[in-house]
Amino acid sequence: MNRFDYIRPATLAEAFAAAAQPGSAYLAAGTNLLDLMKGAAARPDRVIDITRLPGLDGIEWRPDGSVRIGALVRNSDLAYDPRIQGAFPAISEALLSGASAQLRNAATLGGNLMQRTRCPYFYDVASACNRRAPGSGCDARDGENRLHAVLGWSEHCIATHPSDLCVPLVALDAVVEVEGPQGPREIAFEALHRLPGDTPEQETALTPGELIVAVRLPAEAAAFAPHARYLKLRERTSYAFAVVSAAAALVIEEGVIRHARLALGGVAARPWRAHEAEALLTGGPPSEDAFARAAEAALAAARPSGDNAFKIELARRIAVRALARALAGTPARTPALPASPFAPTFGASHAA
Amino acid sequence: MSLSISLKINGQPREVEIDDPRTTLLDLLRERLALTGAKKGCDRGQCGACTVLVDGRRINSCLALALSLDGAAVVTIEGLADGGRLHPVQAAFIAHDGFQCGYCTPGQIMSAVGLIAEGHAGDDPERVRELMSGNICRCGAYKGITEAVLEAGKILADAVREDAA
Repeated sequence: MNRFDYIRPATLAEAFAAAAQPGSAYLAAGTNLLDLMKGAAARPDRVIDITRLPGLDGIEWRPDGSVRIGALVRNSDLAYDPRIQGAFPAISEALLSGASAQLRNAATLGGNLMQRTRCPYFYDVASACNRRAPGSGCDARDGENRLHAVLGWSEHCIATHPSDLCVPLVALDAVVEVEGPQGPREIAFEALHRLPGDTPEQETALTPGELIVAVRLPAEAAAFAPHARYLKLRERTSYAFAVVSAAAALVIEEGVIRHARLALGGVAARPWRAHEAEALLTGGPPSEDAFARAAEAALAAARPSGDNAFKIELARRIAVRALARALAGTPARTPALPASPFAPTFGASHAA
Repeated sequence: MSLSISLKINGQPREVEIDDPRTTLLDLLRERLALTGAKKGCDRGQCGACTVLVDGRRINSCLALALSLDGAAVVTIEGLADGGRLHPVQAAFIAHDGFQCGYCTPGQIMSAVGLIAEGHAGDDPERVRELMSGNICRCGAYKGITEAVLEAGKILADAVREDAA
């Protein structure tokens, strides 16, 4: 790890002043940043510890039914919050399907949104990586790339965004509240993460020095609570990133889908909202056929970026199954294996 | 530049000078405070051998900057036993053969203490396994670990009930 200056601002203004100098990085829990620094994939000259900034660690319910979640709320506190579980069960399920209990106790909401890809070539400083070192090339293109992107990728970068949480957040039309040297602004969740194009190093819509301070969920998002699920396929049962995942949410009235939301994870450099699929589903009866057509539409533009054509069919199936689970109804309690395709019964082992 | 932080380590207040900001909590415990129970396995948050409690919550001490934890209360495996009396989780790991080589054991036990305090697993072995998945045991003592966590959870829950009665 490189040497760095450690700064612990007490106010946002102090944080922005410190971040104005190039080579600065904001530090929350550090579960991703320290990992990157240990491998020299990140080498900040100045680490600005934001964990003591006031007012960023609360969950605030507004009179209009919306909720504002502070950027420093820890993943486990958010996931187990009873009102969040009741109103936004797919968010709890996604959070609890990610990382480990230790990491969830430390990692923050803002850090989850700003975490970097887990592409091994991004982590390995001996490899060419346009995202880490612009213009150096992309060793993933001809490398080990079974888990790389199938949507929205470019010749310059085929990395995926690893977050589970971001998948239901984009599906539910979350809004990202940002503050920075130029003042506060809001970013629609879908516009937060950028597709690589020919500038994969520009990973988010944030400008230098800007800091995520909160994520807001609109009141309408709670209408999906009875039919909202997250489903995640992993290469082991627990504590693994998604190969592909899906958040599905439905509002069903008199046998007809009034509103549909579908987003995919593990397929692109951003959590992938499937608007075409939602449009196909809306107004029709929920059925396996309708779900299959929606999944087809969601993956219509998909193409393999390497040895990963299987992910396209896998994503279709995960989308269909997530929609079917959403239709069946949100369980009263988050399952023992959150978001898992395995469905253990109480006291029995999935591995028996 | 050297910065001073205050920590409570296993109940004892400590003032510690941090002369290198790169110092993680794990390095501070092992290299400066001679508390070598927490292990440096992967040093990347993947194995759980470094698990300790910070303000009552289990975290990976390898991925926490010591400077960032100024003011925190830290409990390590060394602080668990009450004098000569083992903590119920320690006793349950022995009773159920929850280890073989023992390298991962301090992290497993601190993780189990955190899991029981969190209170989300109850008596469901599937939930215990899932919530212990951040701790890797290369000897494969998982069966005994799960049994130990379930038994210790029950003992600690009964103790809380007796205290309340």
